[in-house]
Amino acid sequence: MGKNIRCIVAKPGLDGHDRGAKVISRGLRDAGLEIIYTGLHQTPDDIVESVVQEDPDVLLLSILSGAHTVLFPEIMKKFKEEGIDDVLVLGGGIIPDEDIVKMKEVGISEIFGPGTKIQEIVDYIKGHLKR
Amino acid sequence: MEPLKKSSEAEFELQNLIERMRKGDRRAVARLITKVENGGPEVSKKILKEIYPETGKSFIIGITGAPGSGKSTLTNQVASEYLKKGLKVGIIAVDPTSPFSGGALLGDRIRMKSNFTNKNLFIRSMANRGKLGGLAMATKEAIHILDAYGSDLIIVETVGVGQSEIDIFKSAHTTLVIMPPGMGDEIQAIKAGITEITDIFVVNKMDRDGADKRVNELETMLDIGENIVVDQINHNVRIVKSKKWRPPVIKTNALSGENVPELIKLIESHREFSKTSGLKKKRLAYRYKHYVVDIIKYFQNKDIEHLIFSNPKINDFVDQILSYKTGSDPYSISEIILELFSKRYFS
Repeated sequence: MGKNIRCIVAKPGLDGHDRGAKVISRGLRDAGLEIIYTGLHQTPDDIVESVVQEDPDVLLLSILSGAHTVLFPEIMKKFKEEGIDDVLVLGGGIIPDEDIVKMKEVGISEIFGPGTKIQEIVDYIKGHLKR
Repeated sequence: MEPLKKSSEAEFELQNLIERMRKGDRRAVARLITKVENGGPEVSKKILKEIYPETGKSFIIGITGAPGSGKSTLTNQVASEYLKKGLKVGIIAVDPTSPFSGGALLGDRIRMKSNFTNKNLFIRSMANRGKLGGLAMATKEAIHILDAYGSDLIIVETVGVGQSEIDIFKSAHTTLVIMPPGMGDEIQAIKAGITEITDIFVVNKMDRDGADKRVNELETMLDIGENIVVDQINHNVRIVKSKKWRPPVIKTNALSGENVPELIKLIESHREFSKTSGLKKKRLAYRYKHYVVDIIKYFQNKDIEHLIFSNPKINDFVDQILSYKTGSDPYSISEIILELFSKRYFS
């Protein structure tokens, strides 16, 4: 018994590259976290609905297509509509430096690019849980 | 003072979540399930006391089978059929926790994507957190929560099982066991375990070689079983079955949906049979009897160490054990202590 950290790993949009998402999922699993992997091609509605039902502590969004400037704000907007304010949201994939500030403005807490050590993500999650 | 305040705050929070659930708030449903997962029987107790009168209305289908046999895909297909009828469906999908890291990768949702945004569907993934038997510790409570939330149907998908994980039988009204072709011979089919808890056999992946052979093996196994008449000498029967229901065997292709409507017909006929034959009532009685014993065991175990260790008499008993005399062995001493307990509780 006791609290286990639950995470959703989601791939928004049409990008079909999920090796990174799988590596992250596997790494977090080995670090003792519970990962719900929702698969490819998720719409913002799909992702928010998964968050509503699964009640995770963390949502990790992986995207390599460049559509993060549209999809991330859309997801965060729907979070607000649903009143979800206690889920830590992280982004990863190919996100240019100049976009990071914008992503943080809409509520993504941190962005982890290529080369990030899994332990770094685990430490960040454990230090920034919102509940 | 502080802990007292904290516990009443926690109770207020639960009460609030239950109220929100009653109004149909899905996030409250999700949070209640998290609470029973993390809080164990102490929290489940508070929630069930409150919501129990609102439960007992859902029809519960169990889906079990080996890893990769198609449980999640079939679960999604069965859910789709009921969603088409406008019914409210809950799914609880259990996957294993790593015995090494304590982490888990729950991937059942991936097969259920086609229905993600249907507001009549509520899918919850659960890690078994080390519990053996095919389900998680909190699955029963999660079922009660989805029941109180108003689900017409709840599908419980177990972890990928081997031969003896039969906990699903203690929760479902109708249990489907998936047996794809190409796994083992007819001896596998007459072994004990999950073949005994089956209400409907599903030979999934019917497009593959060996599907018809699989069906034959299962039918033969059922034929053999029907002709055997022996006295049941085990009084602690773990399975409640009816001789009048011969589990049908059906081939499906969960990926394409082939034969799924026929499977639904079988599910519905078992549901009707359970109701009219009294099987459902018998199974429920069996289940709640065991549920109560499990709960008592849990709280008893918690109490017992404290009760025994905090009583100075235990030292006298230990001295007796260390004397190595007749009647001072640990079993005899335990009997004496148990006797003292029963006097205390029931006199």
